[in-house]
Amino acid sequence: MKNSEQATTLLPGTGDKRAMTRPRVGDIIFSKLTLFFALLIVLILAGLLIALNIDAWPAVQKFGLSFITSTAWDPVREEFGALPAIYGTLLSSLIGLIIAVPVSIGSAIFLSELAPEWLRRPCSFLIEMLAAIPSVIIGLWGLFVMVPFIRDPIEKWLGSNLGFLPLFQGPPFGVGFLSAGIILAIMVIPIITAVSRDAMRAVPATQREAMLALGATHWEMITGAVLPYCRSGLIGAVILGLGRALGETMAVTMVIGNSYNLTPSLFSPGVTIASKVASEFSEASGDLYIGSLIELALVLFGITLLVNIIARLLVWRGISVRGGGE
Amino acid sequence: MNRPEGYLRRKWFNRLMLVLCGCAAAITIVFLALILGYTLVNGISYLNLDFITQASKPVGESGGGMRDEIFGTFILVGLASVIALPVGMLAGIFLAEFAGPKMASAIRFSADILAGVPSIIVGVFAYALLVRPMHSYSALSAGVALAIIMIPVVARTAEESLRLVPGSQREAALALGISRWRMILGVIIPGATTGIVTGIMLAVARVAGETAPLIFTALGSAFGVQGLTEPIGALPLQIYRYALSPYSDWQKQAWAAAFLLVILVLGINIVVRLVSNRRKQ
Repeated sequence: MKNSEQATTLLPGTGDKRAMTRPRVGDIIFSKLTLFFALLIVLILAGLLIALNIDAWPAVQKFGLSFITSTAWDPVREEFGALPAIYGTLLSSLIGLIIAVPVSIGSAIFLSELAPEWLRRPCSFLIEMLAAIPSVIIGLWGLFVMVPFIRDPIEKWLGSNLGFLPLFQGPPFGVGFLSAGIILAIMVIPIITAVSRDAMRAVPATQREAMLALGATHWEMITGAVLPYCRSGLIGAVILGLGRALGETMAVTMVIGNSYNLTPSLFSPGVTIASKVASEFSEASGDLYIGSLIELALVLFGITLLVNIIARLLVWRGISVRGGGE
Repeated sequence: MNRPEGYLRRKWFNRLMLVLCGCAAAITIVFLALILGYTLVNGISYLNLDFITQASKPVGESGGGMRDEIFGTFILVGLASVIALPVGMLAGIFLAEFAGPKMASAIRFSADILAGVPSIIVGVFAYALLVRPMHSYSALSAGVALAIIMIPVVARTAEESLRLVPGSQREAALALGISRWRMILGVIIPGATTGIVTGIMLAVARVAGETAPLIFTALGSAFGVQGLTEPIGALPLQIYRYALSPYSDWQKQAWAAAFLLVILVLGINIVVRLVSNRRKQ
């Protein structure tokens, strides 16, 4: 954005001033052309919101606010409610974050503070590769490799040892909220790790040195100087991961079991907004049914929009406080 | 030597926590190894020549392959690139070269938000925009959905690469008396090629594996590739369908397809990173 001013002021400013300040036709056309395509991005975003609202209208009109609180999903009697899907979305993302946050922050600390130079790049590279694997492949692996493993040792063990909690009651299906949460954790770990690693690298070395000079151990230096300094960046990273987890579709659809359930048991098959839309949309018929699915998508859009805006603001602020130091 | 009180406790706690951090990184890499390992091992054992050269067979007949879906994936990614590259590039040029600070941050914000929209919602949008009015699932609508996912990625990486071109090059070009648009096309963009190509290839790799937006736009096709206004199959879509099918023959084909897709997507990623790292050094 500064280049434009720079370029004009740096022109040799002698002689014919008019020739210098008068923009050329080619430049005007080109800048307008690029402006048009840049605005197209804003337009797509607006179009998304408008198109979803129009197509969701039949459902919005029919159900109003009760859409959010109703637990019905009956295409035959045309009664639709979003509560189990919203519940499943939030629950699976929550499980995902509970697992992913400690692992990611730990990995980020390792990559930013502990790993020797020769280990840093390969480790970062591998974690980025995990982020690059298509979600349908993680879903395939989850369905055929992870789910059987979760059903037998893990859920059976949790059921017999912690079965007094409502969370771990019921028959171990394998597919369900727990599997979906673990799959989501695997998918958001690389994102949270990468963003929080960058936030930690942005902490000035002087902060670390000051803490160490006070006699702190390495770990005390990390918790006392590094983490507080980049707190907003870390929270931003976690919320960014949350945004990704909420909207993740394929892998979750393949392991959550797709049953419209509202139970506290993590073993129970469930559904998320994204998985409901993915698994029923192409078979839905009638304006109300399709409208309800699109309204579900709209609810998800609203939630992720909010989450992403918060994350963006936090991450930007975290990076803009980056001072001197390194 | 006198140790301060609690020294041992602090020392061992420090060691414990640092080791745990190392374990966290190791866990992440173990997950990668598990997923890749299973995909590669299972995929190779089910992959054969028929898989690449034959069309899919209906339920009950054994054999068959995913020739059409492989072809379909390339068509969809090509279509998405044809739409997204000009839009993303020009938007990136605007952000880097022409936009005022307020305009730039507004558009950048929109691009970041668009990049964060779940891909399934982009699919619903393409459905509302193209499939419904045209009364048919189509390759075109799927291409548009993938393009919408690509555009913000291409725009942001193009912008960042253009910004890295040193100011002296701009000044040199302008001092020769050429207009700004010629300067941008002839000097700045060639100077930023590596970064731009990196961004484009990473975006291509990402959409090549996208499945959610294809479910109700491309739909899949049992009759091969028929044209842009007809349904079309794609590799990731077929992995999803076959993985959830009850037929073990199809599940094996899903693994083989996953193998191809992983090679394609990670291959692009690895090559791009190696090349761009070498350039940086």
